[in-house]
Amino acid sequence: MIQQKRAFPWGISVLTILVILGIIPIIIRYINGLGAVSNLSDGRPWGFWISFDLYCGVALAAGGFTLAGWVYLFNREKYHAVARPAVLTAFLGYTLVILALLVDLGQPWYIWHAMIYWNIRSPLFEVAICVMTYTAVLALEFSPAVFEGLSKSNLPVVRRFNWHIPLRVIRTIQIPLVIAGVVLSTLHQSSLGSMLLMMPETLHPLWYTPILPILFLTSAIAVGPAMVIFETTLSSRVFGHKLPMDILSGLGRAIPYILGVYLLLKLMDLTATGETGLIFTAYPQNLLWWGEIIIGVILPLILFSMPSVRHSGRGVFWSAVLVVLGLVFNRFNVSMLALAMRPGFAYFPHWMEVAISVALVADALLVIWLAYRFLPMTHSEEVVEMNVQ
Amino acid sequence: MSKGVLYDATKCIGCRACQVACKQWNELPAVATTNTGTYENPPKMDAYTFTRIHFTETEYNGKFRWVFNKLQCMHCEHPACVEACIVGALEKRSDGPVTYDDSKCIGCRYCQVACPFGIPNFEWDKPIPWIRKCTFCADRQGAGLKPACVTACPTGALKFGERDDLIAEARERIAAVPGRYVDHIYGEKEVGGTSWLYLSPVPFEQLGFASHSSEPVTVNAARAMGAVPPVLLGVAAVMTGIYWLTKRRQKISQTEDSDKEKTGVTK
Repeated sequence: MIQQKRAFPWGISVLTILVILGIIPIIIRYINGLGAVSNLSDGRPWGFWISFDLYCGVALAAGGFTLAGWVYLFNREKYHAVARPAVLTAFLGYTLVILALLVDLGQPWYIWHAMIYWNIRSPLFEVAICVMTYTAVLALEFSPAVFEGLSKSNLPVVRRFNWHIPLRVIRTIQIPLVIAGVVLSTLHQSSLGSMLLMMPETLHPLWYTPILPILFLTSAIAVGPAMVIFETTLSSRVFGHKLPMDILSGLGRAIPYILGVYLLLKLMDLTATGETGLIFTAYPQNLLWWGEIIIGVILPLILFSMPSVRHSGRGVFWSAVLVVLGLVFNRFNVSMLALAMRPGFAYFPHWMEVAISVALVADALLVIWLAYRFLPMTHSEEVVEMNVQ
Repeated sequence: MSKGVLYDATKCIGCRACQVACKQWNELPAVATTNTGTYENPPKMDAYTFTRIHFTETEYNGKFRWVFNKLQCMHCEHPACVEACIVGALEKRSDGPVTYDDSKCIGCRYCQVACPFGIPNFEWDKPIPWIRKCTFCADRQGAGLKPACVTACPTGALKFGERDDLIAEARERIAAVPGRYVDHIYGEKEVGGTSWLYLSPVPFEQLGFASHSSEPVTVNAARAMGAVPPVLLGVAAVMTGIYWLTKRRQKISQTEDSDKEKTGVTK
């Protein structure tokens, strides 16, 4: 009895209920159209789903390429243990984006049109191609964990397959895969900024700048390690692992540099266009601007620069949370709050819009939980390699 | 040659025959509305209303004015919707119209977000929804006819013709009666020019027209998209280089280590 309870903790029940609650609005949406489950309108055609699931989802998946690149290309072995969870979260983040698009698109059954009708001038086309290819790359990058898990399965039937063959294939192409992941992420993170370049008349000048793609990439690189800190802390608490403080403070040390570059770029851009005054005068948008800058850039920049914060588990965690919150704030600003609506319209997300997004996140958390339970998430490659040889 | 329409607000009487003609030609259903206290109806454009007359009561040069203006797709020369569309469902034809192809659209609504005039509309109430907007009656034009709204206009407020000729004529009209119009042809330069052109007796801002710059809204996005191939190759090269360097350094330090060990053993 006790063991059964442990196998299915209450957190998992909550997540399962959230997933089921989200499926109901999805069904309504397919029967009655988007208007039935959302407050989206011609004045606000992109709402909560695009801001949260697409803009935040993609940026928060940046841990995958930053960590994979850092470990395999820059050869920082120390961070190897967190690379695999980071790649899994990135993969799930991207799957989430695709699932959300299947809800948000007017005609999701035609999503494959993006593959046959190319409009190479459209930033959204770049986004679509990057999402597709990078999701495949992430799946391959994570696949060794699955193959390792299968080769050690409890079922003899499953174990009998020669799992080491695909494993060896993936190992040979691992470095090209990681390079492809970094290239695709660079393009993809920045292309979400390029998408907004089409709106010089509607996006507020505090955010609209031709260097928006570069700002998007920089902030995504900064939030990558922050997300890894966030997830590692949470998963170690849930699964009772020891907190790898060495790794976390190492990641924390990198963050202020990236945030510094980001802040510098933002300020230099405002100075170059002579719009610095707007941060004081453009009420109420300037409050949003200050909000994202203070929460997501200035505070964590100071906190992560202090060794005492970097060496405390709680300090690192909460500073990382600030970076993540600041990024979410920023993405909501550029894709919703600072983007002018058509006159005469108003928008506040419908509860069913939020319910669908929550269900998708709960879905991803369930998969992460399953992965931690059944797959070698940290460091078992060596063991398997020995078995193979 | 590119076609256009010149709308002269001083000739419009607000009869809304253009609205009716548009609905008839495009077989659009009527929309139930309530009285909002103006002659304007319907109050907003939507997927079933491609054009409407906007009524403005305003003061200019110390005189009260009641001015009408017709709203519909402007059929930009450099349309943001066409650049934005992920599948190329929207197309700017060389003869003027910006047309939309149902069979490609996936319903992403980027065109709606990108349009600087807020024109493309979406069928929110349908399970199989499409984008809808003024077609400039591309089908009628193909048969040598004028757009339905132009045909219906009883006062000649709408004039269909070659865009260049219409701009010349608009200049003549402005020059002919000083003070009748403000010296501005809306759509000549806005967002790089539009097929639809406007003349007004009061400044366009007073009619609710957005004061857009003359630069096409697509410029920066196009520049960013042009940078994609070099960025792709550049990042790939740099990352490969970094990998090669770190591996090499690792190898060197390893051999040094083993050398040291060897010498240590021999000593």
